[in-house]
Amino acid sequence: MTMLKLRSTARPRQARAPRPAPFHAVPLPLCLAVLCGLLVVVILIAAGVGSVSVSLADSWRIVVGHVTGQGVVVDPALDQIIWNFRIPRVLLAALAGAGLSVAGVVLQALVSNPLADPYILGVSSGGSVGAVVVMAFGAGALGGLGVSTAAFLGAMLAVALVFLLGQQRGRLNPVRLVLSGVAVSYVFTSITSVLQLQAEPNNMRQIMFWLLGSVAGAHWDQLRVAGVVVVAATLLLTLFGRQLNALVTGDESATALGIDVRRLRLVLIVLTSLVAGVLIAVAGGIGFVGLMIPHLVRMAFGSDHRRLLPLAAVVGAIYLVAVDLLSRTLDPPNELPLNILTALFGAPFFIWLMRRDRSMAES
Amino acid sequence: MKLQVQDVSVTLAGKQILRDVSLEVSPGEFVGLIGPNGSGKSTLLRTIYRSARPATGVVRLGGDDVWSLSARAAARRTAAVLQNSPTPPGLTVGEVVALGRTPHHGLFDRESKEDHQIIRESLERTGMLPFVDRLYGSLSGGERQRVLLARALAQQPALLVLDEPTNHLDIRARFELLDLVRVVGVTTLAVLHDLDLAARSCHRLVVLDGGRVVAAGPVLDVLSPEILASVFGVTAVAERHPDGIVRITYGPEPLAQDAA
Repeated sequence: MTMLKLRSTARPRQARAPRPAPFHAVPLPLCLAVLCGLLVVVILIAAGVGSVSVSLADSWRIVVGHVTGQGVVVDPALDQIIWNFRIPRVLLAALAGAGLSVAGVVLQALVSNPLADPYILGVSSGGSVGAVVVMAFGAGALGGLGVSTAAFLGAMLAVALVFLLGQQRGRLNPVRLVLSGVAVSYVFTSITSVLQLQAEPNNMRQIMFWLLGSVAGAHWDQLRVAGVVVVAATLLLTLFGRQLNALVTGDESATALGIDVRRLRLVLIVLTSLVAGVLIAVAGGIGFVGLMIPHLVRMAFGSDHRRLLPLAAVVGAIYLVAVDLLSRTLDPPNELPLNILTALFGAPFFIWLMRRDRSMAES
Repeated sequence: MKLQVQDVSVTLAGKQILRDVSLEVSPGEFVGLIGPNGSGKSTLLRTIYRSARPATGVVRLGGDDVWSLSARAAARRTAAVLQNSPTPPGLTVGEVVALGRTPHHGLFDRESKEDHQIIRESLERTGMLPFVDRLYGSLSGGERQRVLLARALAQQPALLVLDEPTNHLDIRARFELLDLVRVVGVTTLAVLHDLDLAARSCHRLVVLDGGRVVAAGPVLDVLSPEILASVFGVTAVAERHPDGIVRITYGPEPLAQDAA
């Protein structure tokens, strides 16, 4: 093995150089185990808190009872509250947090823009139009489609438009893609505004609530479909760590590393749009999670996408379960929309972190 | 492996960039690709690492047309160090070098012991092992290029393709990097801007001008006063000094008259 005599090798300059993220050297399985444990605890706490308080141990017994097929093991009333009302809601929050965070990581890499979030391709504005049409004019407006289905179709329509507009000479151009996303979002948002002005005043509250995101309406039937899609797509996305690492070094360099850049972009856009579209359909437009969590996890655990993707999923899930818990405990019995809290608590924390992180300042 | 570029022409956005370019790089050789800006050097490299498809002609590596191989199979043979590739400053040196293992793995593969060994060796060969946990963004220009070279070595390539690897480096770092490429001994085709460094480091040179090969061969044959004047527009002489090194001496009025 050849060791060259390199003058600068002798003394790696440590002074003032930005340091790797604090948990960068902790093995991924350990990080995941700790965070997953934390997620389970947060889920159980969130399930126990509400107008009827249930202890952590009882929540655990109820969940274990259902999961292992033993059925109802404690007071049936408590079981009903926990298993049929709170657990679906908490799971939807976890699902949304995980899916949006992973989609955020992927899209930030895909368009090489740190400002990207799961809605950069117009999913949320498209979904809003679909949902608001149904909420403002009733299910008859779109041939009997429900709010969720209409929102999903609206979201997919917007993504398809952005995708077509983002092409340049048969290739996807990331800058065009982002600009198309912004333009299409503006168009759809103004359509939503027009619809809101036409809506009956008593529908307005429901519309506002939906636009600001909520997991309050979660139930098992809806969760089953959304859960399968979001979990499957998110798990699949977490496999693309190596490819995303290559992609962020630029198209040319990724090509030289054996990546089919065109096909990779296409696959990732389809998967992230599916995740964001389904979540829009069942939980409305939950903002800021998909922007903040990727950066947060990067600051804590490093920029390697092989770690970033699974960790963002778990951290995002914990975050949104906690936010949902806050949204219904701050001002009982009223509930606050999730968007208000994700931003109100998330943004200042994020700004504080960003300011003390030197590696980010250099980039 | 032997690289054979045969009659390659490339047209990008309606403009012909390369015309019937042919060249060969034998196993173990270090060939320099030189020529003025816009002569098609980078595009020629792109046809080799499968980024720009030739309109006509073939690029063969080890006898196989690289465009008939899959992207991954081709990347297991050819590694590239490119200009202006925006490597994220937040990745550590070890993570950047691990990228070199990308073409050796599918979606479901995890990094193996063997991968770690290869990554370690690549870092050792480029003298970057002490930097393994440093952030890429905290390195100097010369150190970054050595990390990218280590990444290319981790691909275990039969051919290295370098696009102006010494650009923006200070003079010592330039010598260090080109020495390193020679010591590593992988078959190399490098675009070089600095004629002095090219003359000193390469076994052979190929000169591109206006998308055509205008000269190719041993360093002293290629860097004739005529080529230096007509292609590069300078009055200069390349000669082998008694210490065995080829150096270029520029004339008192270095701007050649016949070049506009």
